[in-house]
Amino acid sequence: MNDLALIGPILAAMFAAATPLLFAALGELVVEKSGVLNLGVEGMMLVGAVCGFAVTVQTGSATAGFLVAALAGAATASLFAVLTLFLLANQVATGLALTLFGVGLSALIGQGFVGIPLDGLPKLYIPGLTDLPVVGQALFGQDIMVYLAVAAVPLVHLFLYRTRAGLVLRAVGENHTAAHALGYKVLRIRFLAVLFGGAMAGLGGAFLSMDYTPMWAENMTSGRGWIALALVVFATWKPARAMLGAWLFGGVTILQLHVQGLGIDVPSQLLSMLPYLATVLVLVLISRDVARIRLNAPACLGKLFHPDA
Amino acid sequence: MNRRTMGKAVLGLAGAAVALSVGMGAGMGSAFAQEKLKVGFVYVGPVSDHGYSYQHDQGRLAVEKALGDKVTTTFVENVPEGADAERVIEQLAASGHKLIFTTSFGFMNPTLKVAKRHPDVKFEHATGYKRAENVATYSGRFYEARTVVGAIAGKMTKSNIIGYIGSYPIPEVISGINAFTIALREQNPKAEVRVVWVNSWYDPGKEAEAAKALIDQGADVIVQHTDSPAPIQTAQERGLWSVGQSSDMTRFGPKSHLTAIVEDWNGYYVDRVKAVLDGTWKPIDTWGGISTGMVELAPYNPAIPADVVKLADQIKADIVSGKRHSFQGPVKDQSGKVVIPEGKHATDEQILKMDWYVEGVQGKVPK
Repeated sequence: MNDLALIGPILAAMFAAATPLLFAALGELVVEKSGVLNLGVEGMMLVGAVCGFAVTVQTGSATAGFLVAALAGAATASLFAVLTLFLLANQVATGLALTLFGVGLSALIGQGFVGIPLDGLPKLYIPGLTDLPVVGQALFGQDIMVYLAVAAVPLVHLFLYRTRAGLVLRAVGENHTAAHALGYKVLRIRFLAVLFGGAMAGLGGAFLSMDYTPMWAENMTSGRGWIALALVVFATWKPARAMLGAWLFGGVTILQLHVQGLGIDVPSQLLSMLPYLATVLVLVLISRDVARIRLNAPACLGKLFHPDA
Repeated sequence: MNRRTMGKAVLGLAGAAVALSVGMGAGMGSAFAQEKLKVGFVYVGPVSDHGYSYQHDQGRLAVEKALGDKVTTTFVENVPEGADAERVIEQLAASGHKLIFTTSFGFMNPTLKVAKRHPDVKFEHATGYKRAENVATYSGRFYEARTVVGAIAGKMTKSNIIGYIGSYPIPEVISGINAFTIALREQNPKAEVRVVWVNSWYDPGKEAEAAKALIDQGADVIVQHTDSPAPIQTAQERGLWSVGQSSDMTRFGPKSHLTAIVEDWNGYYVDRVKAVLDGTWKPIDTWGGISTGMVELAPYNPAIPADVVKLADQIKADIVSGKRHSFQGPVKDQSGKVVIPEGKHATDEQILKMDWYVEGVQGKVPK
């Protein structure tokens, strides 16, 4: 078999593998831009995954499933928001606790849903375009969630940099005291940002349980929430770069499986490590430029705020 | 060699507390009526995994069904391999359990440690190799079922490429790949096996990605030695064949699922509990194959032609009768060197330490 013919399928698999990361990373990006660090992405993804799956099994409607997944993700995130924004709990500790909580809660909810199969989403098929060599399947043969994730990138960018609301959100993330002095409701803005992050993480999780591998299994996100967190820094808080990062990560993941299948003599443990290694490498390269990190990182990231203080 | 490590300490603790309290409650209630034997089970995963731990729990339920008037059973699920395991096993031993099954490879050393402290309690450890006065070991010859599956795959493949998803490159998995490949090429000398390691026992996303990659490289039968049904779903979506693992996974891909390698502990668990009740229990090592019922094949897909079913049944019968061995010589390694000479078959030790591929497997064993 001609190995070059594999490029098309690898590209197609890459976009799909990147989709859950992209959803979660975009959500977290907005959260961090508002000055909040929520490490609970993995937990919110899992809750979204199990709730979306459960609703789809009960109602037969994938639309309802994804809606509920977003709501469930947001609900989980609201717990974090109440604890850190209003009760001034430490964000790092609360985020970690949220992940542990999400793992347990999703397992509990999912008990009755293990071992139930589900049909995935239908794939797009445009005669002619989908049949194009190399890029056909990758660009015109995915399902709707893959396109939605990509469409969310310019939307998030436009919101952050071209709307007044986005400007205010960024202002809150840069200097919450000044924003507060100007009369902006810092806590309300952050609360909404955290909810958005939760909803996006929920969608990313639901993509896994309802489409990518249409079933529910405990802990099925297997660390993708943490990768999404790393991607936000990797992207220096820029939506388009987060997309590139997700593609890079997805691409290396898929590529290493193909390298193994072709029998190329590289240790599989090293190959499994490659996507993470690539992420670390890029992080190191970016971090060398301290000025750029400072310029892009929200200045109030992770700092607590109390309006009366 | 088994089994996965899952970072579910929190769940494990909660599970342990619940299961233990239930078990102790039941034990206290019955202690006055008649001294019932308390039997404990320790699982690495959730009993709802419909795979490895689920099959062990089916064995526990079989014990309750067969000997419910003489025994009570307790189980603890989601026990991480390591320090936590020792605490859970110790708790079971301290709370009056006289027979304890620890069902994962990583429970080996914790089991032995606790066994030393409780000489009056009997222990059974799955897939390990260390025994003691009061510790027996047991495992299944799963490679025998892979011989049957290999023959079926050899008949069903059209592309002559088989995709094989491996968990970790340990002897249990490698001997499975080899047994499969030998039988595959006996039916179809042109067929080859491509292996992808995912370095996990249970990661649906990664298993699906591996299946996709293998299919994109031309594989039309996907075999897995990982526990999630994701590869079956992927094969079904692409209209290709697959083979399940641990339990019958037909419902995840009714059109795709050829059969599955099924672990069945029911008979063994009932026998061992009986032995304790009779006072005939001994710390032996049991390595049971298809003939003992420990290893089974899930019902064949109706789409498999009758002559292939007949062939598979014949191979199964020959393995049971001892006429056929999964590693019957001559067996050549990848370089063409004869490792197991004609007229001989691999010894148990050779199988338990297998770290090389037979001819027909692509790529190298990761070191």
